[in-house]
Parts: sequence; C-alpha cells; structure tokens
Amino acid sequence: MKQSHYTIIGLVLIALAFGLTTFFHNAEKNAQVAQQVTEHSDSLIRNHSVRAGNPLAKVTIVEFLDPACKTCLQFHPMVKDLILQYGDKVNLVVRYAPLHPGSEQMVAILEAVKMQGQFWPVLELMFETQTQWAINHRAHPEKFWNILVNTKKDLDYEKLQQDMNNPAISQAIQQDVADGQLLGATKTPTFFVNGKPLPSFGFEQLHRLVSEEVAEHY
Amino acid sequence: MNTQRSAINPTIQPAINPASWKFIFASWLIATLATAASLFFSEVMDLVPCVLCWYQRIFMFPLAVILLVGLHPLDVRVVRYALPIAVIGLLFTVYHCLLFYGFIPENLQPCSEGVSCADASMELFGFLPIPLLSLVAFISIIILLLKARATAK
Repeated sequence: MKQSHYTIIGLVLIALAFGLTTFFHNAEKNAQVAQQVTEHSDSLIRNHSVRAGNPLAKVTIVEFLDPACKTCLQFHPMVKDLILQYGDKVNLVVRYAPLHPGSEQMVAILEAVKMQGQFWPVLELMFETQTQWAINHRAHPEKFWNILVNTKKDLDYEKLQQDMNNPAISQAIQQDVADGQLLGATKTPTFFVNGKPLPSFGFEQLHRLVSEEVAEHY
Repeated sequence: MNTQRSAINPTIQPAINPASWKFIFASWLIATLATAASLFFSEVMDLVPCVLCWYQRIFMFPLAVILLVGLHPLDVRVVRYALPIAVIGLLFTVYHCLLFYGFIPENLQPCSEGVSCADASMELFGFLPIPLLSLVAFISIIILLLKARATAK
C-alpha cells in the first residue's frame, strides 16, 4: 500500500468517526429534549406568558427569546410572517431566556410595559434599536430606557418604574429561566411547535414543523 | 515529479526514510484526531472553549496541516517547523492541567471571565478530562516528532 493511501484512510476514518458521533450525539440530545418536554409539558406555557394571534389556534409556537440576541432579531420578522401566513391556525407564545448580561432588566421592561398593553410595540422597538443598546453581547438597559422615553410618549413612566420593581415580574422571569433550563432552551431563539422541538436549528426547520402540525390539526 | 525537482536542485531533495514517515504520520494522525475532537466538543457538544483551551487549539490545529504537508512528499524537516508549535502547545497544556487539578490556585488563573478553565464540565463522559487528553496528545506528538528526526539522521 502506498503512503498516500494511509493518509487518505486516516482522514476518511476521522471524518467518519466525527460524522457518526455527531449523528448519535444529536439523536440522543433530541430524544432527551423531547422526553423533557413531554415530562414537563406544563413548563411550556405559563399563565403570565405573552401570546400573539388566535388564542384558540390548534398550532402553538413557543419561542424562548432574548431581546439582546441577534438571531432572535433576525427571526422576529420571519416568525411574524409565518403566523400571518397561517392566519388564525397558528399562534405564538413568547418566553424569556435572558442569556446575555443585562438582558434580565430588558425583559423586566417588557413585563412592565405589558401591564400597559404595550408589550409588542416595545419588543419591536427593542429589536429595531438593538444595535444601539446591545453592544458586544451585553445589554445596556439604561441606553434602551433613553430610547424608550424619547420614542414612546404614550407610556406612564412613573407606573413603569414602579411595576419593574414588582416582585411578580421577577418571579415570572425566574419561572421562564427555570422552564427554559428544564426544556433545554440553552440558546436563543429556541422553538417548540405544539411541544415538539426543532430537529435542528433553522428557519426552514421551523417552517416545516409548523406546516406539518397545521396539516395534522386542520 | 520528485526526480524532476531533484534534477533541478538536488539540495532540496527530501530524505526518504519509511521509518520517519511512520513517525510523522502517527503524529499527524494524533494532531488531526485532536483537532476533530476539539471541534466536536465545541461545535457538537456545545462546550464553550475556555481561554487556555483556545491557546491549545491555536497550536494544535496548524499541526494537522503542517504535518500533512510534510508527509506528501516526505520532508523530515517538517519536524523543525512542527516541533516549536507542539512545544508551545505543551506548555499551555501543562499549565492547564496544573490548574485543572488544583496545583495552581484558582485566583491565579487568567480566565476569570467566561468559562472557568478548572470547570468540571471539561470531563468527557464524566471521567476523561479534556486537558489531560490534550496533554497526552501534545506529549505523544513531540515524542513521535523527535523519533522521526532521530531515525532520519
């Protein structure tokens, strides 16, 4: 056998080992997540969770997101289009996974504006201005606060500040963090469609899972 | 092609020695395996590499390339270029192992932010610490390279 044959065999074996271990590792991880979700199905949606779209829709996307996350920003319009595309058949539940430093306060702002019925416009504003307050994977809530005060004049800021110190808000956030860890939502965004995790990460995979669920339930 | 090249400039003809080829081949295999394994840890298992892991990667990844170049066609002088890289990598690994096993106190470690270099999550399958794997890889690469040089003489 020629020397180059050894090299090629070595390369092929290493690539094969890498591919196989990756395949089995992912399969095992997906099975684990699926099992976690069925065991803790009550962790998927809580009473405080924000919902968009038809509450009676038979297909529910649960998204664990972090307003400081760039990928969440990119997914946001796509997820919105997806919901619009299916009309009242699909709805969305937002859960918080404040993984970036400073994100927890951003999420507290969201929870507080929710009490004034302004959750969605403020989340939109957060994503629109993300580059201004999320710098080097660190959220700067004080920077966003300035943007908010200058942009949204229809908010009661005194009430907002009081509400942000409401223990119910930090409880809700802690609940989301705990549920996220339980369900394996260690990266943002993490999606579950009717409790099913994505086979692998990507918008295509999300789209496919949603259309499968819609086909099954309608 | 080899004969053509040596005809033009006989001084750059590499020494063909099957024994040293085997040693360099083995060290390349280890470096490639270590590269693949470290990519597996970070990209598939989602273990975030700590600072010291990054330095070890910096000195492991090029070995997988440079040793392959030295194998086809065999050029024993690749040892001259690969050895310093491997030795520097070994220094980082030794430091990392000392840190991991607690011989160097926690507060002296350079990675205070991000992932701790003494984190227990660095144990593969619960019993194989990644710093130890790295140590074994760098030591065997160095020994094999030295053997390749010795047999070439």
